[in-house]
Amino acid sequence: MDIVGFVDNLFADYTLRQVAMGAAMLGIVNGVLGSFAVLRKQSLLGDGISHAALPGIALAFLLTGSKSSLALLLGAAAAGWIATLLIMSIVKHTRVKYDSALGLVLSVFFGFGLVLLTYIQKMPVATQAGLDKFLFGQAATLLRKDVMTIGVLGGIVLVFLLLFWKEFKLISFDPDFAFSLGFPVRILDVLLTTLLVIAIVIGLQTVGVVLMSAMVVAPAAAARQWTDRLGVMVTVSGIFGAVAGVSGALVSSQAARIPTGPTIVLCASAIVLFSLLLAPNRGMAWGFVREQINRRQLQTDAVLGDLYVLANQHQEPGHGHPIEVLRTMAHGHGGVDRSLKVLKERGLVQETGSGEWALTPPGMEEAGRLSRQWRETP
Amino acid sequence: MTAPQIEIQLIASAVAVSCALPGCFLILRRMAMMSDAISHSILLGIAVGFFVIRDLTSPLLVLSAAMTGVVTVSLVEILTRTKRVREDAAIGLIFPALFSIGVILISRYAGDVHLDVDAVLLGELAFAPFNRLSALGYDIGPKGLYLMSGILLLNLFFILTFYKELKLSTFDAGLAGALGFSPVIIHYGLMTIVSITAVGAFDAVGSVLVVALMIAPPATAYLITDRLSYLLAASSLIGVISAISGYWVAHALDVSIAGSMATMTGVFFVATFLAAPDRGLVSIFVRRARQRVEFAQTMLLVHLYNHEGLPGVERENHMDHLHEHLRWEPGFAGRIVGAAQRKGSISRDGAFLLLTENGRETARQAMVG
Repeated sequence: MDIVGFVDNLFADYTLRQVAMGAAMLGIVNGVLGSFAVLRKQSLLGDGISHAALPGIALAFLLTGSKSSLALLLGAAAAGWIATLLIMSIVKHTRVKYDSALGLVLSVFFGFGLVLLTYIQKMPVATQAGLDKFLFGQAATLLRKDVMTIGVLGGIVLVFLLLFWKEFKLISFDPDFAFSLGFPVRILDVLLTTLLVIAIVIGLQTVGVVLMSAMVVAPAAAARQWTDRLGVMVTVSGIFGAVAGVSGALVSSQAARIPTGPTIVLCASAIVLFSLLLAPNRGMAWGFVREQINRRQLQTDAVLGDLYVLANQHQEPGHGHPIEVLRTMAHGHGGVDRSLKVLKERGLVQETGSGEWALTPPGMEEAGRLSRQWRETP
Repeated sequence: MTAPQIEIQLIASAVAVSCALPGCFLILRRMAMMSDAISHSILLGIAVGFFVIRDLTSPLLVLSAAMTGVVTVSLVEILTRTKRVREDAAIGLIFPALFSIGVILISRYAGDVHLDVDAVLLGELAFAPFNRLSALGYDIGPKGLYLMSGILLLNLFFILTFYKELKLSTFDAGLAGALGFSPVIIHYGLMTIVSITAVGAFDAVGSVLVVALMIAPPATAYLITDRLSYLLAASSLIGVISAISGYWVAHALDVSIAGSMATMTGVFFVATFLAAPDRGLVSIFVRRARQRVEFAQTMLLVHLYNHEGLPGVERENHMDHLHEHLRWEPGFAGRIVGAAQRKGSISRDGAFLLLTENGRETARQAMVG
């Protein structure tokens, strides 16, 4: 499919536009809330909340008998919230550690959700079909009112976040200090977690319970590489989330049998990989490049130094030395040929015969300066 | 009980014990979420292995999938070591990516064969007895039972052989390293065991419920014991009980066996969380209440002792004054006075309170020490 046709399609096709809108909004909300989760070392809490939402969805369906997204979302949010409180209280009241409590609640809730889902599937009513799309998400089934629900709930989350921006920032970086200033840390903590729960459940229909956690972690982890400022990180993370959501949802809607959730997650993972490698400052590729440049500089200086030593041992400065000698002296670091080429370009060495090299007068001066510098450096 | 029912319960029990044993070390080493990561990402190994081997119960498939588990662990470690992300975020980045690739591969290219995402994610124990193994023309039982028994034996062998090393490196990694036991080898050994177990159990109970069986029974046992050997035994037992009771609940309600087993592990955890001796919520509250009464009694005795024989004693050591002086509700004061009377520390003259010799001694001791 060509790009132009694709873009044309996007603006013409009503369903595609819905899907793209929905995915973009949930990407933004999760990217923004995910920044706080990642900074507060709660990256995996999203995993727990999204898995734990499954029984909530099933129970909401059992109780209301409707598949309206608002009812199911409320059920999911309630279950996710209860799961979070349960994790906190297990950690507080027993010696079971956070990771175990998280894994326990996550898997038990999910198991209970499966029990309810299989129970619903055996029911004689015909309306139950489609609940299992919550496992892996199905963006194509997003209706206009689903997108509206995502938009309204996501908007509420973002408004709360802006209202309590200063407080959330403080409890994310220094909760003890916040407490000492008299902020109700515990209430703020619960509020922020509640916002995270809402952000996660609005994505369940599109991304699915199994992979929703990646939408929380990936955009934020990617954004973290680009900046050290919270405001910038949250913005960038929201943009990354939207890009991942839209591209994933569109790709999966273009071909048969590609589930939406995994595609969105792979798009987000690609953004993470790109950021880890190429983000300015923290990008690993730059570190690698810096290291290479330093190493080459050192190699070049070493060859210059070796030639200087040889020149001092001979009475006659212009006397050429075979490249083999330089290679032997450079044993352990190498790069002699490249260094000679660089030095020649800088006019510091000259080739006196075939494979024989000597310092030029400026080279002699430069090498002398370097050698004095090395001697002075402790 | 029919033969398939017995076989299902045997397989379920083997899965439960195989998961509980390495699970104990996972929760002690604070690596519980690693089981979540491994059990998800082995889907990729199973998908790739399946396209090559075309047999879901082949030991080769188990091996290739287990390799993916170990690769996941090392990827998480590599990512953490770059210092660009923290460990929890690294886990949350790696396994969804690998799992997503697996899901896409399966739903795109394996639609027409016996491997669909729901089955792998959720497992279907009810079908396990239909996949038989035969030797010399005789039917010798379901394949799944042999696979899980083999994995169970492997886990037992690993843990019994390296019990000392595992114990040491779990509780004091620094000392283990200093004594020359390589923490890396122990770590990767354990991770290999977890991966192999997850792959084997995957087929029976699905990936998320592997996590339930690996974490919930050990976490439950962790509430009632302080010894590693008891922890291993108790979590195996709890695992088996959860598995069998889960099976019967599923049977009665006609729902997912795996889901029901996971739910039962949760039920047992909550029951233990509430009722465990010493560390259970109930016994904590009972103990707190008892301590409150005891402390209040001591307060009362000290109060009476301080005012004994001084002017105003009639007013101070009066029932009605406790409310004013110690800020006690009248009901509470009545209970405490009653308890102290029963203990023989005080006696009452109408509403006037008198210390007995016994009570005077207690008050004196409380003030000294």
